Amino acid sequence: MEFSMWGCLLLALFTASIGVEGIDRRGARTERISGSAGDVLDDNPVGKLKVYVYELPSKYNKKILHKDPRCLTHMFAAEIFMHQFLLTSAVRTLNPNEADWFYTPVYSTCDLAPNGLPLPFKSPRMMRSAIQLISARWPYWNRTEGADHFFLVPHDFGACFHYQEEKAIKRGILPLLQRSTLVQTFGQQNHVCLNDGSITIPPYAPPEKIMSHLIPPDTPRSIFVYFRGLFYDVNNDPEGGYYARGARASMWENFKNNPLFDISTDHPTTYYEDMQRAVFCLCPLGWAPWSPRLVEAVIFGCIPVIIADDIVLPFADAIPWEEIGVFVAEKDVPYLDTILTSIPVDVILRKQRLLANPSMKQAMLFPQPAQSGDAFHQILNGLARKLPHDKRIYLKPGEKVLNWTAGPVGDHKPW
Amino acid sequence: MKQLAALQQQGRRSNSFRSNSSPLDATVDGAIKSPATIFWLFLHGVCCLISLVLGFRFSRLVFFLLFSASPSPSTTTIYSALRTTLPVISSPQERNVSADGGGSRVVVGRHGILIRPWPHPDPAEVMKAHRIIERVQAEQRSQYGVKNPRTVIAITPTYVRTFQTLHLTGVMHSLMNMRYDLVWIVVEAGGTTNETASLIAKSGLKTIHIGVDGKMPLLWEDRHKFESRMRLHALRIVREKKLDGIVMFADDSNMHSLELFDEIQNVKWIGAVSVGILAHSGGSEEGDVLMRESDADEKDEKKSQIPVQGPACNASGNLAGWHTFDTRPFVERSAIYIGDRAVVLPRKLEWAGFVLNSRLVWEDVEGKPVWVKDLVEIGKDGEDIESPLSLLKDTSVVEPLGSCGRKVLLWWLRVEARADSKFPASWIIDPPLDITVPAKRTPWPDAPPELPAYVEKVTTIPENTEKRPAKSGSKRKRSSRSKRKHNAKVLDIRASTKHAGDN
Repeated sequence: MEFSMWGCLLLALFTASIGVEGIDRRGARTERISGSAGDVLDDNPVGKLKVYVYELPSKYNKKILHKDPRCLTHMFAAEIFMHQFLLTSAVRTLNPNEADWFYTPVYSTCDLAPNGLPLPFKSPRMMRSAIQLISARWPYWNRTEGADHFFLVPHDFGACFHYQEEKAIKRGILPLLQRSTLVQTFGQQNHVCLNDGSITIPPYAPPEKIMSHLIPPDTPRSIFVYFRGLFYDVNNDPEGGYYARGARASMWENFKNNPLFDISTDHPTTYYEDMQRAVFCLCPLGWAPWSPRLVEAVIFGCIPVIIADDIVLPFADAIPWEEIGVFVAEKDVPYLDTILTSIPVDVILRKQRLLANPSMKQAMLFPQPAQSGDAFHQILNGLARKLPHDKRIYLKPGEKVLNWTAGPVGDHKPW
Repeated sequence: MKQLAALQQQGRRSNSFRSNSSPLDATVDGAIKSPATIFWLFLHGVCCLISLVLGFRFSRLVFFLLFSASPSPSTTTIYSALRTTLPVISSPQERNVSADGGGSRVVVGRHGILIRPWPHPDPAEVMKAHRIIERVQAEQRSQYGVKNPRTVIAITPTYVRTFQTLHLTGVMHSLMNMRYDLVWIVVEAGGTTNETASLIAKSGLKTIHIGVDGKMPLLWEDRHKFESRMRLHALRIVREKKLDGIVMFADDSNMHSLELFDEIQNVKWIGAVSVGILAHSGGSEEGDVLMRESDADEKDEKKSQIPVQGPACNASGNLAGWHTFDTRPFVERSAIYIGDRAVVLPRKLEWAGFVLNSRLVWEDVEGKPVWVKDLVEIGKDGEDIESPLSLLKDTSVVEPLGSCGRKVLLWWLRVEARADSKFPASWIIDPPLDITVPAKRTPWPDAPPELPAYVEKVTTIPENTEKRPAKSGSKRKRSSRSKRKHNAKVLDIRASTKHAGDN
């Protein structure tokens, strides 16, 4: 009896530490994702942490959303859905004294221009105003100067609050957020706008729209490489070379004549269906290194080819992106065809098996209502992994670390 | 975000101004106008004017040629040099705003567009890619497609006649393209012939060629019955040889889609698929009459005009009955004998719409369901077996395939020439035609009527081909018109020979 118990335990440990093949309900051969800490994608955060949601006046969230409901469908909608999820989640606590993490619901990416793109010019002031409010009304901000608070900043360069990289770098992360945990889509190594300890998340992709375009899985994959999008941004970078650091233009110039590469600036209605018929989907950087293409490629089982130097991909500590996608340096783009055709077939099949894993696809989505294993839960898992808090974050009363007067003068204007 | 940058273009342009001017940035800012500043400003102005004229940034080219460390020739060509700058590391005029304090190799600013010297596909790589795609698709098939595919046993009754090559080639190619193991049982009326044997040998498939005594009857009714006999004979072969697999009836004049073979793999014992019935045949006047009739029938909703035969399901997806082709509008005009220019009608339920598990006809095998009759009991008295349903004691066990009969996977069409129509044996013209082709300038007279019918047909063909090169200058329309005239002529001649009642 005891021996069999030990045997089972050993077997469980063994299989947990390597990738194990399994057959899921639909008969597809899938492989379990083994992250650095074991099968973390299936972790349940409930019980591991408690989150307190500040009740801010609705001018920070609901009123902005009312003014422009497009915020619910664009790729920055994660900040809104995370708020809604946390309000009804089991990890929420109404007693702030027992909370491990504090969440401030500020919809900083919801000030949209007429064409739908978010204007980041007021976001620093909005954030600052919100922090002033919470530091005045509750004692928890001053206790740690925000070290146990987290914010969702899904904009292009995260908390640098600008869409142009040079300006974003000059601004740097908003000084008041320096100690907080930032949950953002932007991730690039050694970049000013990515703090250590930030959690990278995938951009929002509407789950119902994606699921409504699924085609039967036995449709043979006949496209080798697929990409739809801009190669030259003629409005903002007419000569090329700035946009995507020249990588997309290089892609076009080298492979426009190649029959294996189905790339164009077209906007077909069958975009999602075509991705499901492709073996590789290119996910190059644009003005920022991240893009919803990664999410779409993962959902549709198309191996993502990531062309963005030093990018930090979503949930990088839980998902072994090296084994799932193909990374190509920007300088190697002219040789993309050689690189992709020289990948051994069994490696490609293994990547497809990993992509077929339903927990992988769930982790990339923000479904309404939330389901287990989805991106909301991965964010909570990430926050749970950072617990328990280091004792040093708790400041002595009266001690001040943050510089409230730092940053451009325009940021100090009240919002 | 991208469009917004357009709003900020002013600021942007001033940035890029600075970046593409001389490397001595600082001097431009300064309020002090030293001679060097003025000189650089002037040079800059000249370069701008030249660029305006040329259409590209002339100053870049100058700096590239003057200040370049040797650029790697493998990554830039002259073409790319005109529109790009140097690779990142050695460029002096980029605004080297590095993304961090240090350590990052990713630099913000203008980068070169790297183009390799020969940006065209390499055939070896294209082949490798295709092999990868093949392997991926094979993997997909093994995961989502049919597991444990069974051998398909196709039974085809045939006989030698004009249209045999046409029909049999069609079936043969469908079977050759099919992805499963195959045993093809070709049953020939009147005994096996070399002609049929040589035709099916071209397929390279595993075939069993058997003959049934007796000539194929002339009347359609009798032909249907004879074919049923032939199929039963083939089923006896399946029983004798204990062939294992799925029996399907591939009539030689039917058209099968490849999806049919994927779908029949799902059958357990006996299944039925929907067969599209294409019963209309030749003659435009007939078509009009049919259209008018169908309009009249539209008012009576009970009659359905869908030309399909197959299983009909109820709401829960179980077999509820059979859908057959409504032959009533055609009954007066139905064809009686083979080659009759009238509508050939199908039987109530064609054999082709059914598939059986071959074990149903085996002698004694365990697991054989109770509702199937033994093969030896059927047809031994020479009675007409209309469809495989006669094999069953209880017809409700038939499995509807093709999403409950909604998918039409094969089509029934009977096109035949008259039983007495002549054609060259195995379609090889031997001895060669003995009509010599006249010289180009000689006008070719109309085909004289006293030549026998067969040769007459042949003579119109070279006339057609000859006329076209003679009128090579003419537009396409003219030659097609003349072609149509010739076709009409051929038809007329045929009609005349038929009415003449020759041979």
